[in-house]
Amino acid sequence: MHDVWKIYDNGSEALRGISVNIGANEFVYVVGPSGAGKSTFLKLIYREERPTKGQIFVNGFNLDKLKRRKVPYLRRSIGVVFQDFKLLPKLTAYENIAFAMEVVEAPRRLIRKRTMEVLELVGLADKKDRLPGQLSGGEQQRVAIARAIVNNPKIVVADEPTGNLDPETSWGIMKLLEEIHFRGATIIMATHNKEIVNRLRKRVIAIEGGRIVRDEPRGEYGYED
Amino acid sequence: MKISTVARHVREGSRSLVRNGWMAFASISAVAIALFMVGAFVLLAANVNELAEQVESEVEVRVFLERSVDAAAVKELESRIASIPTVREVKFVSKEEALEDFIRKADPKNRGTLEELRSENPLPDSFVVRTADPRDVAGVVAALEAMNGERAPAPFEKISYAQGTVEKLVRITDTLRNVGLVVVVLLSFSAVFLISNTIQLTIFARQREIAIMRLVGATNGFIRGPFFFEGLLVGLIGSTATALVLLAGYAELVRQTELSLGLPMFRLIPVDDIGWKVAVLLVALGLFVGVWGSVMSIRKFLRV
Repeated sequence: MHDVWKIYDNGSEALRGISVNIGANEFVYVVGPSGAGKSTFLKLIYREERPTKGQIFVNGFNLDKLKRRKVPYLRRSIGVVFQDFKLLPKLTAYENIAFAMEVVEAPRRLIRKRTMEVLELVGLADKKDRLPGQLSGGEQQRVAIARAIVNNPKIVVADEPTGNLDPETSWGIMKLLEEIHFRGATIIMATHNKEIVNRLRKRVIAIEGGRIVRDEPRGEYGYED
Repeated sequence: MKISTVARHVREGSRSLVRNGWMAFASISAVAIALFMVGAFVLLAANVNELAEQVESEVEVRVFLERSVDAAAVKELESRIASIPTVREVKFVSKEEALEDFIRKADPKNRGTLEELRSENPLPDSFVVRTADPRDVAGVVAALEAMNGERAPAPFEKISYAQGTVEKLVRITDTLRNVGLVVVVLLSFSAVFLISNTIQLTIFARQREIAIMRLVGATNGFIRGPFFFEGLLVGLIGSTATALVLLAGYAELVRQTELSLGLPMFRLIPVDDIGWKVAVLLVALGLFVGVWGSVMSIRKFLRV
């Protein structure tokens, strides 16, 4: 990202000159107070939002020049995980994950194989036929993560993945993200979880008022909330 | 697009039709009702058109000859009539031919009686004069009357035509054709509107699904797929049902009019001739309207 500005239509300046470089296979926390621009920062990466000014390169895509109908191909190289999971309530865990592969028109046999693989990885193989409503919050988030990684993305973007979970469950999710990181993916995670950031030391990018105020290799959370 | 993908779209499309039961019913009814009106109008317009053509083709001047006119004079008169610029065709009908024709067109019950006329034919020889345009008939008649006045004795016993009626009829049929066309177009538009409205409601409920599809990298074409087939199915079911009901009704109408009127002039177009055309039209229109309505209504959810 180079000198990226984002000003929403309502005039609020979410990002004011962000320049940052995140390398392959890094694990990055994005921290900062609510409304500082963390979510906007993440949305720019998977092109949910477009910058008002500045350039962004992701996985070799120049987002400024990326045509609208090419956006799906960018998205396929990025897995996204949300605080509220965003699962389809009428589909089982298995179907929710397979859905992401159906959408990219993967062959059926591969879908079956790969979906079972990630279900094993997130430890839910035995609950594959349950609906999201029959799973706990942590389990739902595991399904969401499985869906995010099922297409082998190079980058996983997580917007407060532990925001709705209790501490113990959160650690489970973090272990999973570390495992995914270990297998070669870049992880970019926005979080408010001080304990996690301070104990599981990674690069920390702190955003305040739309600017990067701190960028440390093995940083601390640095806020008292 | 892969075949398995198409299969998936068909499967998802029909599944969502079943899942959104009453919404689907609303869409299908909208298609059916709109198309019914369209179809009814098409049938009406076709019959009016048929009638107009029939009447138009019967616009002719019939010139009945005096019995005293001999064969040589017939030849001469024929070529003189043919030389009138607005005349398209002159046909000599001998009295034998006229009788033959009369018997053929008559009610079978009366044929026996009419056969007896053969020995003493009461009909005169005649010319049938046709113009290219029915509006020229008046001029042709004037020319014929002038021709008749030049000679003594006058060769024409009678000159008959049906001018005023024809013009009126053509005007009415033209109006009806235009009104029919406008109504068909309006109905088609309202059908599209109705359908896209109902389908939009079902799509609204599936916004979340669409958002997730986009997030995991589905192309717009892929997202559109199931909706395309859903629309196709709505159109197909709605139009097929309509075509069946409408044509069954029309067939019955044709039967009833034949029974009660029995007039050879005002015959409705038989179902065999027009039925499949109307059915094809309705189904094609239904498919188009269904697909259009459904694809139009997801457009705004696909903005990136």
